[in-house]
Amino acid sequence: MSESQSESSFKIEAKNIDVFYGEKQVLKDVNMPIEGNTVTALIGPSGCGKSTFLRLFNRMNDYIDVFHKKGEILIDGKDIYRKKTNVEELRKSVGMVFQKPNPFPKSIYDNIAYGLRIQGINKKSLLDEIVEKSIRQAALWDEVKDNLKKSALALSGGQQQRLCIARTLAVEPSVILMDEPASALDPISTAKIEELIQELKEQYTILIVTHNMQQAGRISDKTGFFYMGDLVEFDETQQIFTNPKNERTENYISGRFG
Amino acid sequence: MKSIKEKVIESILFACALITVLTTLGIIWVLLSESYSFFSEVSLGEFLTDKEWTPLFSQKHFGIMPLVTGTLLTTFIAICVALPMGLTIAVYLNEYAPKGIRKTVKPILEILAAVPTVVYGFFALVVVTPFLQSIIPGLSGFNALSPGIVMGIMIIPFISSLSEDALAAVPKTLREASYGMGATKLQTSFKVLIPAASSGIIASVILALARAIGETMIVAIAAGQQPRLTFDPTVPVETITTYIVQVSMGDVPHGSLEYKTIFAAGITLFALTFLLNNISFWINKRYQQKYE
Ligand SMILES: Nc1ncnc2c1ncn2[C@@H]1O[C@H](COP(=O)(O)OP(=O)(O)O)[C@@H](O)[C@H]1O
Ligand SMILES: [Mg+2]
Repeated sequence: MSESQSESSFKIEAKNIDVFYGEKQVLKDVNMPIEGNTVTALIGPSGCGKSTFLRLFNRMNDYIDVFHKKGEILIDGKDIYRKKTNVEELRKSVGMVFQKPNPFPKSIYDNIAYGLRIQGINKKSLLDEIVEKSIRQAALWDEVKDNLKKSALALSGGQQQRLCIARTLAVEPSVILMDEPASALDPISTAKIEELIQELKEQYTILIVTHNMQQAGRISDKTGFFYMGDLVEFDETQQIFTNPKNERTENYISGRFG
Repeated sequence: MKSIKEKVIESILFACALITVLTTLGIIWVLLSESYSFFSEVSLGEFLTDKEWTPLFSQKHFGIMPLVTGTLLTTFIAICVALPMGLTIAVYLNEYAPKGIRKTVKPILEILAAVPTVVYGFFALVVVTPFLQSIIPGLSGFNALSPGIVMGIMIIPFISSLSEDALAAVPKTLREASYGMGATKLQTSFKVLIPAASSGIIASVILALARAIGETMIVAIAAGQQPRLTFDPTVPVETITTYIVQVSMGDVPHGSLEYKTIFAAGITLFALTFLLNNISFWINKRYQQKYE
């Protein structure tokens, strides 16, 4: 083998990850193997590096001048930071949903079709089909089916966030990254999103940052607790919430700090 | 004590504002009253429909349209140059250029707008026109094309700078959404950022248009001074501004009908720019709501 390629039986694997912003180290030797078709929750007090960690998987940190990292991020066994990686291709298979709903100032239809159009897919019938399928998958179809031409900005916050999820699903990624996707939403919208995540697990591997302990408990298979750049504990969600091994984890989930 | 000082400052500020308003009103008043007496001698119908503009000849015609088409033609050519170039530069500076380059290039570009226009005029006449003549046979020594292009270069910074500001003001979250879907920088720029910044970009274009419509020196030097109802860019034309200069500098007696033509021309120019301002105001209002 000419190319140095690490073996991994996991869908995703973070190996010995150190991240620096300039001089400041914000992630310290993080290792996290993630199996396919699971939901992994990333929790921890704010500023502990959850978003930074999440954004490693679609190379979204690349835009920050002072960012640099050590270690490997393997997806399907390949280091996504190797020179050969096509970042645009990577992002088609690793979708992202952001904290604040960020639909484009375009119609609902055009928002969903965006990812397809940039791939050169312009066939109307195909677009129609995928747009409908994705919006249905995001449990938004009944609410918007009659006004697909309406501006996405006219939707409520919860609807916008589901639209953003639908937009991500439309390009058929295999991994979905979510950075506190429900933090700006009301409880009903939040419940809808959580339900959605449960369904999506069948087809996707999901990493979700959340501030909400109950949420992490409800939706995830595994949970990683970060504290000041360390992955303090990473285990079955059940285990973390009922019987944490580390005292800091216990303090955090029982709400003693955070 | 302090309140007196504040009051003085306040009244000085008020006086400044008043002077501006009064000046504007004064200009409008002169334009209106002089054109009123012009239009009592020449009908508005003739002014708008006659195909010739020859107030200084013995066979007098008072059709403003040749001057309007001359103005629109040179302005149109200028925008055809400035919009693609300005927008390309804006996209480059915003999306591709490292911060250091953006910080130096922007002010350097803005120098383009600060070059005295008489320099541009001679540049058009002695450099651009001969060059164009070597490509386009039959291009006359004075024409709309050459000053149009040069004017376009002059107004590039209006578009590049303001559009860059508008692009930079697009929320970072939209950019991230686009990159996150696997879009390239180019796709992100043209499919997300430019549409999202459209109101600012349109405003920049309108500002540039207004500048081009009002530009005098470049067209006076290089476009020729022959009012002609045409959209042919290869022949001499005259713009409204050029005509005004020509008459004000000439020996037309004050108070004569010939003299009053410059006010009629002036009010036409005023109407054009006023229209543009309103369009830009309307666009801003309309798009701003959609965007937030
Ligand atoms: N662009 C950046 N430049 C420098 N430091 C940053 C940047 N983004 C985040 N940080 C720092 O990195 C640390 C981790 O941030 P982040 O990953 O956003 O944490 P979390 O998502 O857990 O709140 C914080 O201390 C934050 O101040
Ligand atoms: Mg965060």
